Amino acid sequence: MNVPIKNVSRRSVLKGAGAATGLVLAAPMISNFVVAEATGSHNFSSSVYLSMDMDGTAHIYIHRVEMGQGSRTGLPQIIADELEADWDRLVFEPAYGDKKFGDQNTDGSTSIRKYYDIFRAAGASARMMLEQAAAHKWGIAVGDVEAKNHRIINKLTGASEDYSAFVAAAAKLEAPGADAVKLKSKAKRTYIGKPKQNIYMQDIITGNSQFGQDTMREGMLFAVAARPPSVGGTVTAFDKAAAMAVAGVVDVVELPALTLPAIFKPLGGVAVLATNTWAAIKGREALNAQFEGGPNGDYDTKAFEKTLWQNIDGKSTPHLKRGNCAAALEVADKTYGADYFVPHLNHAPMEPPAATAEWQGDTLKMWVCCQDPQSVQGAVAPFVGVKPEDIYVEATLLGGAFGRKSKPDFAVEAAILAKQAGRPVKMIWTREDDMHHGYFHTISAQRVEAGVKDGAVTAWKHKAAYPSISGTFNPAADGPSGFELSLGLTDLPFATPNLQVDTGAAKAHVRIGWMRSVANIHQAFAVGSFVDEIAQGEGKNTADLWMEMIGEDRMISPASDVVGHDPANPQGPGYANYGESLERHPIDTARLKAVLAKVVDISGYGKTMPKGRGMGISVHRSFVSFVACAVEVAVSDDGTFTIPRAWIVVDCGTYVNPDRVKAQMEGAVLFGISIAKYGEITASGGAIEQNNFDSYPVSRMSDSADVEVVIMENDAPPGGVGEPGVPPVAPAITNAIFQATGKRIRRLPIGNQLAI
Amino acid sequence: MKFKINGHAATYEGDGDMPLLWYVRDIAGMTGTKFGCGEGLCGACTVHVDGVAVRSCQTAMEDVEGRDVKTIEGLAKGDTLHALQDAWAEHNVPQCGYCQSGQIMQAASLLAENPNPSDEDIDIAMEGNICRCGTYQRIKAAIRDVAGNKGTGGAS
Ligand code: FES
Ligand code: FES
Repeated sequence: MNVPIKNVSRRSVLKGAGAATGLVLAAPMISNFVVAEATGSHNFSSSVYLSMDMDGTAHIYIHRVEMGQGSRTGLPQIIADELEADWDRLVFEPAYGDKKFGDQNTDGSTSIRKYYDIFRAAGASARMMLEQAAAHKWGIAVGDVEAKNHRIINKLTGASEDYSAFVAAAAKLEAPGADAVKLKSKAKRTYIGKPKQNIYMQDIITGNSQFGQDTMREGMLFAVAARPPSVGGTVTAFDKAAAMAVAGVVDVVELPALTLPAIFKPLGGVAVLATNTWAAIKGREALNAQFEGGPNGDYDTKAFEKTLWQNIDGKSTPHLKRGNCAAALEVADKTYGADYFVPHLNHAPMEPPAATAEWQGDTLKMWVCCQDPQSVQGAVAPFVGVKPEDIYVEATLLGGAFGRKSKPDFAVEAAILAKQAGRPVKMIWTREDDMHHGYFHTISAQRVEAGVKDGAVTAWKHKAAYPSISGTFNPAADGPSGFELSLGLTDLPFATPNLQVDTGAAKAHVRIGWMRSVANIHQAFAVGSFVDEIAQGEGKNTADLWMEMIGEDRMISPASDVVGHDPANPQGPGYANYGESLERHPIDTARLKAVLAKVVDISGYGKTMPKGRGMGISVHRSFVSFVACAVEVAVSDDGTFTIPRAWIVVDCGTYVNPDRVKAQMEGAVLFGISIAKYGEITASGGAIEQNNFDSYPVSRMSDSADVEVVIMENDAPPGGVGEPGVPPVAPAITNAIFQATGKRIRRLPIGNQLAI
Repeated sequence: MKFKINGHAATYEGDGDMPLLWYVRDIAGMTGTKFGCGEGLCGACTVHVDGVAVRSCQTAMEDVEGRDVKTIEGLAKGDTLHALQDAWAEHNVPQCGYCQSGQIMQAASLLAENPNPSDEDIDIAMEGNICRCGTYQRIKAAIRDVAGNKGTGGAS
């Protein structure tokens, strides 16, 4: 255990200010940690993750946000387990944005995997200090006491006393320190690995949960804005008087025009402030705002798709090279080739973005459905002339996010408007705003070729062209980045002797963002589809071909095949592994094959299906977890189809809340169904053509599958859960459709392709 | 105009065209009823008017004159939750929770009208309520539980 814990309260006790503070623990381990000095007057803000009142009430500071993934239930489970806490004596304190909490960016499926050790150590330290205080009080050896469910037991007599009896004494002790922290054995776990209900359940089912759209402040105005349809466009005219004439409209304010790069800056346009949302929306209509398109004013996705295919035909930039693909393809007995296309997608979280800002004198307070309150601080600060650390940002609950709410452009708008209005302002994005002004998933073309010799796949050549997320930060970016290729391409798990990954150019014309599982979405679609295509061509079971191509049990180190990789220069080209070391989170082919074998086992994949039915399968590692998915489709004569059943097997290493892991897998299947069946954002004349859930459908009840989830049991360190369920779903669906109909879908969404 | 909201008398003097959604959220300050699309496409804003589920974003204030409006905040009877609310907790239905007020109000209206719905009845009644987190399977299981219909397969 390598997590130094320091008892912050000790110093405050020495200063004489700690009487009411009790025990406060900080884990000053992460590089950007600033462990706050405890002060008696702000006893809670002085703690980092855990503090205990004199009556034994434990406060857990949940620094990550909750968007449905369950982190705000899982993180307390970790700390409470090691603390031997009584769940009913916990108080959950949702954290505001502050560097002292470490990384709060709730993104990349990181909350549990990055904080598991730290939260365990924090809980264990507090437990050990309480034990030590009890042993001292009773005059017995610390080995003769044991913490259990908020009490310390005297093992010699069987007597026990509540934690509250020891808090004051424990607060005066030194924390045990990194090397001395004793974690509980797996057999004694009370919360880790056990299902736990969402801590917000009662509020959700009674309508009392507070999302970003729900913030209400005294004297608050409601704002909506008319924004330029294309990124970098500008306002040319608007009718302020007409908007002001709408009952309830209080003001019309022009927002600063966007200067590229877009980053998280607001898009510009004109805001209407009113006494209620309806009046603001009517005022916006009356504005009749006119725009000039700017540098992306003629973006047209149909034309751009042609450009992408030209770039697939054109110059290649090499990224991964093993053996000699060209030569192997030359001598192959049989070659395969296919082109795959995935359009722009939108996150479309159920709750459109919203942020509330209130100035109290020179101090700015904000309530935002954001994935990272610190990035809100950073994005807002330069627009309002205050220091990031001086902005108080509370992350409300998020009504879904999927990556959209890591980009706080909407929060900047609220802060600017509240400053101007001199009153609190809630900036509300409507569904149309969310569709038109997203940070879209990229638009991608991929060409894959393979060679088979003597029954074995000997070459896999993959070329991808798509605008990079980097384009949002640097408009010169031209094609996929190494980071994006690390999400499913440079880590292709194949033993195939000849392997090549190239890219083609592609510039971004909208803000490209990361969406739940990011580049894995399109990359796993191409890979999962193409393995199935080869298997069908070779007359093999697709799962068997996966097993052959993955090959022997081993740990893969992709970097050695990455073009330009130099072991002496870790900052250069390489393999990102989701920010983790390969030692801790290896690409373990045995685990990849195990989830695949398990999904075959529970789904019966490979059995003969009745007419109109088909099964498909795929497997993928992402966010250092391994997921295999099988689906069954039922296709009608008119080309419509349903997905009666799906099976999904996840190996995320050590898991904390199995019910939430299951829920994330069920949700990932539905998210994957939306991508496969419906998802498509298009642009014409620089403007996004989809407006709402009529033109951008997402899965509904009738699209829902009965999903069976299996979680693999092992003691590996925790992996990601929120995202890795998504990538294998879409290819499993289109593979199932091929089995049912003989029609190969290489272009998403499936839409009505089966009807033609 | 006069109407009732969660059993209490209420009056409203403004624009009769304003959707009930914005009255409930912005003026009455009850934010349990959610805004998802504003176009009748998602069901997040579902409330009951005279006991029947409606989309509050598509219901003008002038149409609630003299009616009885119930929102998620008024579904429980005092401290006693509606059976669906209990079932929702039992099945751990919500992920983010944003759609769930609307889902529960829609399901409550279904059961009030048809206490023993078939799976197909459930599908049809719930089709207008989007859950972007994908909790449909558990929603269905929770409704089946309350309806005493164990349905076929898949309940979690
Ligand atoms: S907000 Fe009313 S149906 Fe979506
Ligand atoms: S629980 Fe998140 S949208 Fe339904």
